[in-house]
Amino acid sequence: MRLRLEIGLARLAGRLSRLAARGGGTTLPGKLLVAVDPGALATLAERLQHGAALVSATNGKTTTAAMTAEILGRRVRLAHNRAGANLVSGVASALLDADGAELGLFEVDEAAFPEVARRVRPRVVTLGNLFRDQLDRYGELELVAERWRHALASLPADTVAVVNADDPLVAGLARGRGAALRFGLDDPSVARERLPHAADSKYCVSCGTPYEYEAAYVGHLGAYRCPRGDDERPPLDVAARSISLEGLERSSFDLVTPQGTRRVTVGLPGLYNVYNAVAAAALSLTLGATLDEVAEGLARFRAAFGRFERIAVGDRTVLMLLVKNPAGANEAIRTLVDGGPPALALVALNDEIADGRDVSWIWDVDFEPLAASLERLVVSGSRAQELALRFKYGGLELDRLDVVPDLEAGLDRALKLAPPGSTVPVLPTYTAMLALRRVVADRGLVRPYWEREERFDELVGRAR
Amino acid sequence: MKVVVGHLYPDYLNIYADRGNMAVLAARAAWRGIELEVRGIGLGDRLVPGEHDLLYIGGGQDREQALIAPDFAGRATALEEALLGGAAALAVCGGYQLFGRYYRDRGGVELPGAGFFDLHTVAGERRMIGDVLLSCSLEPGVERTLAGFENHAGRTILGPSAEPLGRVVAGFGNDGESGYEGCRRGRALGTYLHGPLLPRNPWLADWLLAQALAHSTGGEPPELEPLPDDLEAAAHEVSAERAHERGGRFD
Ligand SMILES: [Zn+2]
Repeated sequence: MRLRLEIGLARLAGRLSRLAARGGGTTLPGKLLVAVDPGALATLAERLQHGAALVSATNGKTTTAAMTAEILGRRVRLAHNRAGANLVSGVASALLDADGAELGLFEVDEAAFPEVARRVRPRVVTLGNLFRDQLDRYGELELVAERWRHALASLPADTVAVVNADDPLVAGLARGRGAALRFGLDDPSVARERLPHAADSKYCVSCGTPYEYEAAYVGHLGAYRCPRGDDERPPLDVAARSISLEGLERSSFDLVTPQGTRRVTVGLPGLYNVYNAVAAAALSLTLGATLDEVAEGLARFRAAFGRFERIAVGDRTVLMLLVKNPAGANEAIRTLVDGGPPALALVALNDEIADGRDVSWIWDVDFEPLAASLERLVVSGSRAQELALRFKYGGLELDRLDVVPDLEAGLDRALKLAPPGSTVPVLPTYTAMLALRRVVADRGLVRPYWEREERFDELVGRAR
Repeated sequence: MKVVVGHLYPDYLNIYADRGNMAVLAARAAWRGIELEVRGIGLGDRLVPGEHDLLYIGGGQDREQALIAPDFAGRATALEEALLGGAAALAVCGGYQLFGRYYRDRGGVELPGAGFFDLHTVAGERRMIGDVLLSCSLEPGVERTLAGFENHAGRTILGPSAEPLGRVVAGFGNDGESGYEGCRRGRALGTYLHGPLLPRNPWLADWLLAQALAHSTGGEPPELEPLPDDLEAAAHEVSAERAHERGGRFD
């Protein structure tokens, strides 16, 4: 009874928050609920008939969870924090928003993972990768991995760990665990020649010797081996082979699983999205999906918001690529340049807490391949000046550089420079991405992210 | 004119955008027609005193720092000979700690340093994270500011013979209490400021280049041709603003 009252009040707060146009109202109900009753999250999660699955990673958790939702959404009713509110309060809000849900599917912030896992008691956890990210907020990689290790150890032995075998630190977490599924890439023809500058876990987790790579795919992810023989990439249970990267449109690959092999196409470019697709496939199979459902779901999938999202703005198109850490930015840039080096781009850097207040990471991003083809670059955001320096010292001529700190003005400058019919790549940090989407939404061109949730709410309501 | 930079452990210590500091040194040298060569010095490589005009060491995660610390401590004599011979140095973050006598972690285990700076570092309870602004006087009567970002759990305590790099205007500094940041011994500087340091504080990049040239030519540090630094000044201003808004100090 008490819980029902609390739920009612928390939902009401969400509606009021949206009415007052204070933003998405996506976490306020959950915050309230968790504040009045910290045990409520566990109680709500217990009601999920098929249990819950958590997805965490430095990069790709939103996309991986969204792909999984696409695969499973026709089979079961989901509670899914699709707007990316991935702290305890966001998970609670998603549960509040979707009662009657049968399966919980939650992307979870790396630092919040232990607490969410403790409260939700998931059936499956998917751990994608660990890259250096916002050291001012998360701390060092080893520290995050250690917290994950403890969280995993405190879950029942039958909780399945779906882990990226290509990341030494993450693969190590499932070492010796019976209920584990290991995924990765297996196609040296798409590997990088060498590790990028910002590669992280490149020293053996056991002895500290640099790994030898048979293939490095994304950052330090790949087929690694300690020359002393005490660690190597474990055998893959679910793998992508014969990968074909088809420009900015899609990629396809042979999805090799214990249930068989299937050629799969995903409507997202880039090797890092192949990782996301393989992770989503491994997770979905663990949750009971068939190989057909996996292939069809991935084929239907369209970009999660801000992640290779295309938005029409008049007769131009904005291609929004969220960037938030060196590894993610390197892959976004590589994919963009491989799809045809752009002559114009907008890069936007904010330094709010959600972006990381320490902006030093932009110096570890390989922007040079992007800068090489640019005739014009607009830098924007509250730290636009710092970006300007990054490109100045990266070799971009100053007459190609426009410094426009105001985001709306920056977007307009870029759109004005773009020929009609063309696509403008926009690379914003998290809060810059939200702000730019809001600008476009105010002009009536894209639904704000919480409207999708409302719509989702409606659909679930109708299904009941 | 030529400057040779020795970059210590570039594969291990590069976490806080150390590449940015190197890019700034290289570009500002090139724009003035000065040749600048960077030579990496990795685990087990020799450090030959006199070979480098400027030594650079950056920051790493605890694990990487522990992997190279014994190797670096073993070079104490060569490092001292190189620096007393007039080479310049910039040591940032973890590298700054390793330029001191030792780093003591929370378990009481001491990681040895090279001991060129009279200081030691003790792991603290809280990390000191945030924007920071310093006031420095590297030349008598010339007061300048440095803007950067710090992120360290270590509290660095200067010994009696150590001279700080600067006074904290906003932020934490060496230990969050003394009001001092960094260390200076002759042409060698150590600091917690990354951000990275040199792009938005180009005067410091030029000071280091001039000191390195002095070592290379055997003369006095030359007056370097000024460069248009409008963008650098704008970035410095924003960074200094952040330090004023957000920088804190333990009380
Ligand atoms: Zn090993």
